[in-house]
Amino acid sequence: MDRFYKLTAFEIKEKISTGEIKAVDVIADIFDRIEKTESKIDSFVSLRKEGALEDAKNIDEKVAKGEALGALAGVPVALKDNMVSYNDPSSSCSKILDGYIGVYDATVAKKIKESDAIIIGKTNMDQFAMGSSTVTSCYKKTKNPWDLERVPGGSSGGSASAVAAQQAIITLGSDTGGSIRQPASFCGTVGLKPTYGRVSRYGLMAFASSLDQIGPFTKTVKDAALCMNVISGSDDYDSTVQDVEVPDYTKFLTGDVRGMKIGVPKEYFVEGMKPEVEKAVRDAMVKFQEMGAEIVDISLPHTKYGVSAYYIIAPAEASSNLARFDGVRYGHRSENYKGVEDLYVKSRSEGFGDEVKRRIMMGTYVLSAGFYDAYYKKAQKVRRLMKEDFEKAFEKVDIILTPTAPSAAFRLDDEKTPLEMYLEDVFTIPVNMAGLPGISVPAEIVNDLPVGIQLVGKPFGEGDILKAADAFEKARGEWNFPEFE
Amino acid sequence: MSLTREEVLKVAKLARLEFKDEEIQKFQIQLNDILGYIDILDEVDTDGVEPLIQVNEGLGKLREDEIRKSFTVEEALKNAPQSEADTIIVPKVVGE
Repeated sequence: MDRFYKLTAFEIKEKISTGEIKAVDVIADIFDRIEKTESKIDSFVSLRKEGALEDAKNIDEKVAKGEALGALAGVPVALKDNMVSYNDPSSSCSKILDGYIGVYDATVAKKIKESDAIIIGKTNMDQFAMGSSTVTSCYKKTKNPWDLERVPGGSSGGSASAVAAQQAIITLGSDTGGSIRQPASFCGTVGLKPTYGRVSRYGLMAFASSLDQIGPFTKTVKDAALCMNVISGSDDYDSTVQDVEVPDYTKFLTGDVRGMKIGVPKEYFVEGMKPEVEKAVRDAMVKFQEMGAEIVDISLPHTKYGVSAYYIIAPAEASSNLARFDGVRYGHRSENYKGVEDLYVKSRSEGFGDEVKRRIMMGTYVLSAGFYDAYYKKAQKVRRLMKEDFEKAFEKVDIILTPTAPSAAFRLDDEKTPLEMYLEDVFTIPVNMAGLPGISVPAEIVNDLPVGIQLVGKPFGEGDILKAADAFEKARGEWNFPEFE
Repeated sequence: MSLTREEVLKVAKLARLEFKDEEIQKFQIQLNDILGYIDILDEVDTDGVEPLIQVNEGLGKLREDEIRKSFTVEEALKNAPQSEADTIIVPKVVGE
């Protein structure tokens, strides 16, 4: 049998529309690949093989009838488990939502279906997207395809590992403080967090509403551009989505970055930075210069306060968002309670995992009477200063180049304290705080592990970072994913 | 600032969470670890800086307020842990 799992989304769509290959064969091959690799990786928490094969038949019928095809026709796509799709399970990998079945499509799920892509399942994640290793999932631990004793990163770890292990062609993740870009760096995939307000979050289980965005994991920058064409744009069900035209992002992929000004912030080269990470960024600077771009030294002075401000704002918003889980309308209900108040307490205490409880506690504390100004308001003021840092920098440069994460993938048995885990997001958090688009692109393999670089754009400047990422990818050369079979 | 055991219990009550004794101690240590780190924000001069609530300030795009197709009763109850006769069953809340 021909192996289709190695193809890109662009190739699959092309070959299906010309009749060269059939969607059912692509889906059959992807599930064959999943069956052969999943016991080692554990990317998925639910699969919809029969539904996907049924969808594939419909695509093939469309081709046979000569009907117009969507932009991602026949492409196998997996969604992070915090995205709702009709009649499929979604639980944010938390016991409190175990067994929840979607009664509607998230806007991204609807758009993915309308593009004729095929949803194959839901991927493992840190519970409610809180974590940087995917180990806070209530179901299982996902392994990094490059080294099965290491984490895939998080919180969208299953989405990253599924693309890296070639169990899916595109996956969607969500990114509140780095949850797409850090696992993309750890797993050697492309991962894009769009501008705040570019993609609808309707049907995404909310974590921190002023920071959350949905974005793609892909093998190539071109596939990320294709996916952004599909999932971007205004939506009647999420008023934070801005009424900004969605360009054809593939048009930006010219490979020409001559004259582009790329800022490198000095605050991102911190003491204790791992040599493999510094090397990847320095090598990337040289590659961009060789391609005719100009490297410009910049400063983002409030960078070091990002993690602190984030760990006030994100838990505060999370504690409000997660108040809805009370054991009444959906989710886990305790069997032993005395009265309605106790029903809430018992259901929540049994249903949420430790990291979720920790963040709810943090958030409740910083929002409580007497502490609101000292913590929450202070953090929001610092957030404005961080946003202004970027605005000043973008007066001088077109995009910004930084490391994605402070290290390559760490070991599964590396017991980090909660605070140490939070520092994983030091280079990605500022981008969410300022609401900017950021992409992680695989740069190098150091000691058998992939390392990514991050490119950050102006608001709605996805085209600029895709252009630079695509040029970098071409200069870097072929990228081979690990084999298992 | 750091949290006492009593404050941890008070916050837990506000958050509708309950913990075992050893968990309270663990959370107290971990939360104080995080709060200790967060204190570096005191260094930042934020006098005269307006808090940033949303990066895209101002009202987002609004749609017409009109009747649209929504969930059926069946769908709305599909994930309810306990339901009967088109309603969600909850413990008695009045007269207590």
